[in-house]
Amino acid sequence: MKRRQFIQTASATSALGAMGLISGCATLGGSNGPKVVVVGGGYGGATAAKYVRMWSDYGIQVTLIEPNASFISCPISNLVIGGSKTMADITTSYDNLVKRHGVNLVKDYATQIDPDKRVVKLAGGSELPYDKLILSPGVDFMMESLPGMSKAGAQDKVLHAWKAGAQTVALRKQLEAMPDGGVYALSIPLAPYRCPPGPYERACQVAEYFSKAKPKSKVLILDANDDVTSKGPLFKKAWAERYKGIIEYRGKHNATDVDAATNTLKFEFNDDVKANVLNVIPPMRAGDIAVKSGLATANKRWCEVDFLTFESKAAKNIHVLGDSIQIAPAMPKSGHMANQHGKTCAAAVVALLTGKEPNKQPIYNNTCYSFVSSEDVVHVASVHTYDADKKTMLTVPGSGGVSSAANELEGRYAMAWARNIWADTLA
Amino acid sequence: MKKLTFLFMAMMGTASIASAQSAAPDPLTVRSWAASCSNCHGTNGRAEPGNETLAGANKDDIVKKMLDFKAGRKPATIMHQLAKGYSDEQIVAIAGYFAAQKK
Repeated sequence: MKRRQFIQTASATSALGAMGLISGCATLGGSNGPKVVVVGGGYGGATAAKYVRMWSDYGIQVTLIEPNASFISCPISNLVIGGSKTMADITTSYDNLVKRHGVNLVKDYATQIDPDKRVVKLAGGSELPYDKLILSPGVDFMMESLPGMSKAGAQDKVLHAWKAGAQTVALRKQLEAMPDGGVYALSIPLAPYRCPPGPYERACQVAEYFSKAKPKSKVLILDANDDVTSKGPLFKKAWAERYKGIIEYRGKHNATDVDAATNTLKFEFNDDVKANVLNVIPPMRAGDIAVKSGLATANKRWCEVDFLTFESKAAKNIHVLGDSIQIAPAMPKSGHMANQHGKTCAAAVVALLTGKEPNKQPIYNNTCYSFVSSEDVVHVASVHTYDADKKTMLTVPGSGGVSSAANELEGRYAMAWARNIWADTLA
Repeated sequence: MKKLTFLFMAMMGTASIASAQSAAPDPLTVRSWAASCSNCHGTNGRAEPGNETLAGANKDDIVKKMLDFKAGRKPATIMHQLAKGYSDEQIVAIAGYFAAQKK
């Protein structure tokens, strides 16, 4: 079916639907329905894939391209590094997207986009045509900003563990192998980066492990930012009270190079730091496919989008969401936010493919829980709504906030959050 | 006369339905608003263990709870901060959406 014919059929269908003669978009189904291709099965892409299927009454075909065999959650992965959770606890199968929602899952990696022909090329050699492309490729690292990281073996020794998976396990092993009395140094890049409070949570998790298993060891936080970028007073209280003598925080430590052979970190202005375990979170940008396709128009790092549809400002029919986008003011790069982007984008894509207007009044929230121990948690929450004049998402005045103190009740809510968002994204 | 009265009433009826429809938010907009709750309360309000299921709950109960959170009358860890981000109209519409979902 040609595109114009499809739109005519679709609008006829919705007119009939409005008259109560039929329900849903029954005539959209089958192999002739419009095609949506989603790149990346993380919080953003998996959610978008599920909701495009659900909200088109299963009339729009959705193909999800994801190289990993299963979904591994970044949120909660710091607890695997701390030793209180396992990889199995943070791993979820993609099976329900396929079985319940009819998503066509392709285990491959998108390498190229042809926006004129509307085709995505995959590493495996195949080409997928699309009517709408949803890109949720997450972040990739700007390793070029740390020249020593390109030396042979450097990236196997100095880990980021900032994408949950093999590196999460490997960092845990490095900590287990470290002698008592050793130093674990964590380097944090300038904001914006994925998961603002994540590094500080990781420091707590490692410190709790040290306090139990290696009490003479230290955690050294080397932050390129002037000060703690998220939940500052709550983290500092945990460090001063729970991890006194274990955690040391140093701001304004912008790492410029790494010598993996000697486990040494070099800085713009400060003296070199040597550590037993060096955990370097490099500066990051939008995922490779987005940068390569010319979509990262903000500082050549992030993709600017229309916040009503998540359509790229640089290319038609390509929607970008999740950590890859140039964020709105006070909008964090988080899994929760990527899930919200996924639903907003899915609603807009379904509307656009069925001749309807996208929602003009998006509103969604972010909730982010950080574990300061294996049980006690602090949160930050915010509500974001569309501002038609400024054409961006802004936080609602008077809304949002943080925990008054770390507490065990929110530790339970944090795990309930995880179970629920994993189900909302994947089940 | 009877016929005229009927016509008049029919017209009034149409007018009031039309104005009610233009005042009520679009159902697809409400669906998107409600989906912003599903990260924690489950797709269409059917929650996994540990958080409250909203699907099939009483609309007035949801509205009252949310307005109590918003006004600070009901203590919470996080909901008082989130409720303040939504207008009363949005809360009523979202509550209606969840009340209409299957449990």
